[in-house]
Amino acid sequence: MAAQKQYELVYIASPEATEDQLTELQTLVEGIVTKADGTIDKTDVWGRRRLAYQIGRHKEGHYVVLLFSCEGELVKELDRRLKVNDTIIRHLIVRVDEELQKAARAKQRRDDETRRRRVARGLPPEPTPEELMAKQAALDNQDDGEDMR
Amino acid sequence: MSIDNPNQGEDRGGRGGRSGGPRGERSGGGGGGRRGGFRRKRVCKFRTEKIDYVDYKDVRMLSQFVPERGKIQPRRLTGTSAKYQRKLQVAIKRARFLALLPYATD
Repeated sequence: MAAQKQYELVYIASPEATEDQLTELQTLVEGIVTKADGTIDKTDVWGRRRLAYQIGRHKEGHYVVLLFSCEGELVKELDRRLKVNDTIIRHLIVRVDEELQKAARAKQRRDDETRRRRVARGLPPEPTPEELMAKQAALDNQDDGEDMR
Repeated sequence: MSIDNPNQGEDRGGRGGRSGGPRGERSGGGGGGRRGGFRRKRVCKFRTEKIDYVDYKDVRMLSQFVPERGKIQPRRLTGTSAKYQRKLQVAIKRARFLALLPYATD
């Protein structure tokens, strides 16, 4: 069995779409993904949003963002089905697992490094709340200084 | 503007920019003769703010690198590191496709 990959789907539904049509779309996407052993990890409905440029005759769109895991083959199928759908004015599917993992690793590495350095200086690994506040204050002051110059 | 300048490397500075030192602008006088008169701290936003994932959905973040005209700001102006400029470029193009950012504005 091929490994599952994580994808992100953003689709823009027509602003004229009714509530029913929107839920229908949602169930359509969920249906396609779950039928092929995929899982929906997250759904984020942005709602109506102004488009930066007109798409066809539309000036607004209803944005929905989904995060899902599935096998690669499914993406083709999903892409095709979304293309055919008339209420969807645009959609984009991107693979995100690798980038997100890379980002998580980078963060992990950085955090480990800070902890190691803090311990080396004889401090507790995690900064105390007071330290965080002092740091924020210092940052703010620094910014002011730069602007003045 | 002398066209018969054999020194190709210099020409890259282009219009407006009195190409300063050989290494372009250094941190201090950086934004000096720039058209808009912006003052920029020439540091990579993604490195200083520890943003590991350049998200194409984060319009507010992306729009800092896209001035009114809609073009992607070159990294010589923003100070973004090469690694993140590449990611930024992809992110902005995705955002454009999704009509989150304009391709061009007039």
